[in-house]
Amino acid sequence: MAENNKTISVAGNTGPRVRSDCEIKLEIRTSGGINTDLTSKVKRLYGDSIIDQCNEILKFFGIDNAVLKINDSGALPFVIAARLESAIKQLIRTDLEFLPEFLKENFYSTTPYRFRFSRLYLPGNNPAMMINAGLHSAHGIILDLEDSVAPEKKDEARILVRNALRQISFYGAERMVRINQGQRGLEDLDYVIPHNVNLILIPKCESPEDVKKTDKRISEIKQKCKLTNRVFLMPIIESALGVENSFVISGSSENVVAIAIGLEDFTADIGVPRTAEGSESLYARTRLVNAAKAAGIQPIDSVFSDVSDMDALKICVQKSKSLGFEGMGCIHPRQIPVIHQGFAPEPDEIERSKRIILAYEEAARKGLGVVALGSKMIDPPVVARAQKTIKLAIKLGLLSGSWMADPQTEQI
Amino acid sequence: MSVNTVINAAGRAIPLEINGKPVIPFKGVGKHHPEGNKYAPPIPTCLDFPGDGNKVVSSLEEALRKCNLRDGMTISSHHHLREGDLVSNRIFEIASGIGVKDLIWFPSASFPCNAPLIKYLDDGTINRIEGSLNGPLGRYVSEGRMKGTAVLRSHGGRVQAIQDGEVRIDIAVLAAPSADAFGNAKGTGGNSACGVLGYAKADYMYADKVIIVTDNLVDHPCVPMEIEGNYVDYVVVVDKIGIPEKIVSGTTQITKSPDRLLIAELTAAFLEKSGILKDEVKMQAGAGGTSLAIAVFLHEILKRKGWKSKFGFGGSTKYMVKMLEEGQMGYILDAQAFDLDAVRSVSENANHIPYPVFNAYNYHSKGNLTSMMDIMILGATEVDLNFNGNVVTHSDGYLLHGIGGWQNCLHARNVILPLPLFRDRIPVIVDEVTTLCGPGELIDVIITERGIAINPLRDDLIESVKESGLPIRTITELKEEAEKICGKPQKARFDEEIAAAIKWVDGTVIDVVRKIKS
Repeated sequence: MAENNKTISVAGNTGPRVRSDCEIKLEIRTSGGINTDLTSKVKRLYGDSIIDQCNEILKFFGIDNAVLKINDSGALPFVIAARLESAIKQLIRTDLEFLPEFLKENFYSTTPYRFRFSRLYLPGNNPAMMINAGLHSAHGIILDLEDSVAPEKKDEARILVRNALRQISFYGAERMVRINQGQRGLEDLDYVIPHNVNLILIPKCESPEDVKKTDKRISEIKQKCKLTNRVFLMPIIESALGVENSFVISGSSENVVAIAIGLEDFTADIGVPRTAEGSESLYARTRLVNAAKAAGIQPIDSVFSDVSDMDALKICVQKSKSLGFEGMGCIHPRQIPVIHQGFAPEPDEIERSKRIILAYEEAARKGLGVVALGSKMIDPPVVARAQKTIKLAIKLGLLSGSWMADPQTEQI
Repeated sequence: MSVNTVINAAGRAIPLEINGKPVIPFKGVGKHHPEGNKYAPPIPTCLDFPGDGNKVVSSLEEALRKCNLRDGMTISSHHHLREGDLVSNRIFEIASGIGVKDLIWFPSASFPCNAPLIKYLDDGTINRIEGSLNGPLGRYVSEGRMKGTAVLRSHGGRVQAIQDGEVRIDIAVLAAPSADAFGNAKGTGGNSACGVLGYAKADYMYADKVIIVTDNLVDHPCVPMEIEGNYVDYVVVVDKIGIPEKIVSGTTQITKSPDRLLIAELTAAFLEKSGILKDEVKMQAGAGGTSLAIAVFLHEILKRKGWKSKFGFGGSTKYMVKMLEEGQMGYILDAQAFDLDAVRSVSENANHIPYPVFNAYNYHSKGNLTSMMDIMILGATEVDLNFNGNVVTHSDGYLLHGIGGWQNCLHARNVILPLPLFRDRIPVIVDEVTTLCGPGELIDVIITERGIAINPLRDDLIESVKESGLPIRTITELKEEAEKICGKPQKARFDEEIAAAIKWVDGTVIDVVRKIKS
């Protein structure tokens, strides 16, 4: 049964700072039945259920004789299952997958134009950060298989992310996965697409072909698994070439709904340090915004990496919004409210838009060709922008949908 | 060993006797009305003390010998030196050297630094501990290794037991950051300042003998006299009573955990939207990371609304001090100072007032500060479907925490428990608490990251947040959500043998902790 002469494998994590995870050492033998050695701080409460669960998984993969050593730090069942499956798959070749139950509340789809102000990155091999991630109201949650996962952990991250997609509720956040580059990235899709992913982030995207390959693989998986849900794409531009190609990338598939910029890699590519003020990337960012707007998709800004400096983040969001971006990445949940607040219309912006719309309505009622607010003429694009702001404010709950009927409105 | 038990008013099986003394089973909240007189220590005579007022003796051993330390005595101490305490363990090291046996240690709380006492529990110097049991000591007791049965009391319950004579302190050994030769003492000054000595008051007033141990002997009079020298028998001067950095944390820190911050935000939003937070509110805020975050959020709301809290009840921290100094709080009434800002404030701000638990929590007081409080933020290891709370054991049955002031604080108008729905894999909301420490009728609101459950007895609160948009759920829904994520845990398994008794604030026994099944 064993291959590559390997009979002992290890998966998962342990250590004094590890929580909600476990490390599993597996040795497949030829006789002696299943011998399990469990060390766990929740042993008195979940010891029996952990051992039962492991026995069920071993049986599922047809393993009758093994020595199993589990070092558990309070891992949830979907984590234990992922770790054991990873350990098994290091030792035997199999297409079987031990899939935990798919929570029915995880079956939702998203739309191309929904808000994507914030997207929270979660390292794909760190279960502790995943469990409560959905509570922080990010518009999107990214299970990351790429840069936040150590190369030797990439295989086990796939299985953990797959189980997380089935078992963790993100409470309505758009369910996103960032795959790896190239061939590994395409293989990543096999693990995640069947489990209701709403959006795939394509890292270091440089050409429409990168998008098309991903899109094709997704269609194939969907066909094979008889899936009908849409899977959107968000290419991440992280190089000079990517920036140059951003417009064609934006239009490379009807599934591309947004395009993001990754400034760490971009600045490395052009050979300059990344600064807080960001003049080195101004061209790239405005170019990307323009490309996205021209293609009718959302331009999304990079992440802000100093998680302790909320004031600097606030300034960064303001700048980002003023350039035309419609969202940013987050690496800490506390960044989310700051980003949401930053991208939402300001109260005086809403008030001004209300006045413009009221003036427009009045002009239309009176059959006037020209809209005026006080002594100022209002051009049609200004009206259009005001309408956009009001729509956004209503959607964000900052303004009632029936604001025009509100008695206070008459006093404006 | 089979134990004769009776079922108390909370439905818990309670032994008829603990440590050879008869037990009054819990009768229900507010049902026990003791009568008679308070206990009084023997009458001293001033003639027996040095005319020059100098009560200094050469060592703690000499003082203990002069107090006639002998088998079976009850020795008390306070916990103001917390994890930096160098005095408590020393008492039993001396006792062991003298060969005294079967002592009862009656601390106001124990800390992990008291783990070396296991040696003296093993060698028979100490029979039992009557006080909070943390970390290694809790584990020791849970495993049934202590000779006597532990008795856990709240801070107020400890004062109650002293005042009504249930516990008679033979010798109180009280560490003091500053003291004079007559025995007047205070919590500030010197190298081992802890701020206040609020927990020592009942001890010095009711003990037969009182020993002050200080590393900062000052000229008479040592003022303010938190401990009055005319209650003191001996003063001992040592090099060091404590390790300063372990007495107070230099600075208390609000939690960095985004999940805990979310709970804190929800708590502040609940207090605002329910109308509990208002101008002139009387509030308490703990020293845990989440409580500190709540204090910060409440401070922001007070500022935004232009409101001022009438008083805050400590344990105080820099966050409460900030409210006082910036004008959003009238007074801090303080039983213990948790950080250096609090220690500074109590020594320089006339509106930051040391306030012994003697006054705040005690069942035998003529009124009780906690029942005047509008907001009480507390923790728990478990809460059950009837809102009963547990603070002493974990779900696996191990005794790992003391009660502190928790039971006493339950008498506030609004008792709010911000808790994570589960810790690691362990659900916090359970069918029935492993150990009952607080009856559900006194616990009003559970706030978790996944929703808020309001005690059905509080229809006023339920009504007040109906239109608030807050995630209000039933406690059963929260429990089911936790079990869906974590799986349903096995029940803790116990032997019949009783390891510890849990007292209610009135001295009755509300529950017991049994020995862990190995």
